[in-house]
Amino acid sequence: MTPTSAEFKTNARAALADPQLQRALSGLPGGLVAQRTAAKAGLPEFEDLRTAGRDVKNHMLANLDIYLARYEEQATANGAHVHWAETASDAREIILAICQQANAKLVTKGKSMVSEEVGLNAHLEAAGLKVVETDLGEYLVQIRNEHPSHIIVPALHLTEGQVEDEFRRQHTHLAADRPLPDPASMVAEARAVMRENYIKADVGITGANFLIAETGSSVIVTNEGNGDLTQSLARVHIVITSIEKVMATLEDVAGILRLLARSATGQDITNYVTISTGPKRAADPDGPEAYHVVIVDNGRSELLGTEFRDVLRCIRCGACMNHCPVYGAVGGHAYGWVYPGPIGAVLTPAQLGVKAAGHLPNASTFCGACAAVCPVKIPLPDLMRKWRQREFIQGGQGFVARRALAAWGFVARRPRLYHVATRFAALGLSALSGGRGAFSYLPGATGWTRHRDLAAPQSRTFQQLWAEQQRGIAPDV
Amino acid sequence: MSEPNTAARDRILAKVRRSLGVSEGDGARQANTTQRMTTKPRQPSPARTLLSPAELRAQFIGHLTRGHARVIEVADLGGVPEGIAAYLRETNKPARVRMGSDPRLTGLPWERAAGLERVSGRAEPADEVALSHALAAASETGTLILASGPDNPVTLSFLPETHLVVLNAAVLAGGYEDALVLARAAMPAGSMPRTLNLISGPSRTSDIGGKTVMGAHGPRYLAVFLVG
Repeated sequence: MTPTSAEFKTNARAALADPQLQRALSGLPGGLVAQRTAAKAGLPEFEDLRTAGRDVKNHMLANLDIYLARYEEQATANGAHVHWAETASDAREIILAICQQANAKLVTKGKSMVSEEVGLNAHLEAAGLKVVETDLGEYLVQIRNEHPSHIIVPALHLTEGQVEDEFRRQHTHLAADRPLPDPASMVAEARAVMRENYIKADVGITGANFLIAETGSSVIVTNEGNGDLTQSLARVHIVITSIEKVMATLEDVAGILRLLARSATGQDITNYVTISTGPKRAADPDGPEAYHVVIVDNGRSELLGTEFRDVLRCIRCGACMNHCPVYGAVGGHAYGWVYPGPIGAVLTPAQLGVKAAGHLPNASTFCGACAAVCPVKIPLPDLMRKWRQREFIQGGQGFVARRALAAWGFVARRPRLYHVATRFAALGLSALSGGRGAFSYLPGATGWTRHRDLAAPQSRTFQQLWAEQQRGIAPDV
Repeated sequence: MSEPNTAARDRILAKVRRSLGVSEGDGARQANTTQRMTTKPRQPSPARTLLSPAELRAQFIGHLTRGHARVIEVADLGGVPEGIAAYLRETNKPARVRMGSDPRLTGLPWERAAGLERVSGRAEPADEVALSHALAAASETGTLILASGPDNPVTLSFLPETHLVVLNAAVLAGGYEDALVLARAAMPAGSMPRTLNLISGPSRTSDIGGKTVMGAHGPRYLAVFLVG
């Protein structure tokens, strides 16, 4: 996909004015957010497991080279072909070559964000292959020529009505006046359409939520079962995944599984967790004849050595975006790249560069909800702040913002000056508001006051109130 | 197709080591990771995995039932064919079951289920009902563990609309880790099947308008025959 992260502000404005999108997004708080809260309440150990999850992933990252090498050894011993892709383009070429070697015409594909990251579908299609996404949400965005707007609910931005319209446009082999009154009827239609593809497919591509070093396995976590039909009915199974997905043992994966579905959809576990090891065995009546695993780096090995290492703990649950007020207002497409929401605000500058993605870390109120729900405790706001610093150092932001930040920095580093300046500002603004306690218009802050009132400061500063309280004088405000 | 590219691997692993500030021949790191893969430490076990067998059983049934699966309790293996026939009659499904070559299933007293047709082999697109035998289960989330192979071909678990699974109550564990130990004990030492499938309910999706619908691509119905 072509990134549009640099146009975040324009994208966001359009998203806010899109009534269909706003209706689709309005389901988030009562849906995924409420379900996660309920699932967490059902497991009293959840917070301890988050701490353990953070530590386990940190251990994997600190020993990534060893576990990757061990994974390759074990996978190869079980009949897998392991491929290494340093870049997105390497990954595309490797997978195209495997498909061509297998004389493939039809490729089915389970959900994979790494495949979105490397632009796999477009590359295979340009070489004449037909690629069909089999996850229902991915299928919806594929037939609409869109990209996923959420990492686990790709078609979150679509309403039921839009899906119905799209199915009528797309499935022209079916009666035009057939009834499609509800999601159940649409799912049944998609199920029938997809069956044909599974059976005819030459190659099935899936992602992997985890690789397991000890056993040489890849793991997918799904609810629909599409990833299983994709990998078990095609002649060749290709797994595309990235280096930070490797875990030491099945036991390590078991621990993380307790966090993943609860954080993602609020289920205790997804209906299917499939641990795949090698191609079909000699006596097996089903399964692929060949099993390839493509391990993608695409900048991660370098990110590991930076102050952003923590982001590589991510297990792609989507909780940070579900709980983000900015994501909830503008949806995923506004972010303009594969990974939206808070995790995208940290990953995108690493993948596209600060200049192309500089707006994203600024699109945050720093409310901290993302860090509070992250199952592996990634300090997302801290990492966004680090990107803001880098953007500033590299000359980003407009002239006015830069001067204002520089002025703020000058004052904030001089406590006496700061106290005097804030005291005057508080008094002045308080007087200016004329006792109303808020401004409906304030020159220099119209970006705010156009949409809502700006609270005016009380007449004294926080430091004054604090000092009074320390002296035992009760504050009178 | 080119052979797996060891040069690319070496460059990626070298970059990883550079970023970590470590060297390849660091014996302490090697020992530490080898120990983890040998001793397989577990993360803290939730209290719900450490209950009495009766509580675990109730928890297992509760999770599956809430997850839109059916659990049918059968006193002994001999009662499974009749249980299957009764379930298919009651739910108005065809009396034709696809199954693999698992001797625990083929050796059942099928004569007790007159009129029930059995076909052997992997699932075909026209099959409506399939039968598998689970290796083990975890009660913490009502999760069955199945292994692919000629005994229980993996397509049985995903292609037909109805999936029937036999589980011996003796291999019902509390947590995933214990269930995986039981599952691996049933396989040749150190080996893995092509797929180990953890199944906790019938196929579902919430991709249209956020509403949950059962039977997305895999089975719409899952019935577990809990034996003993």
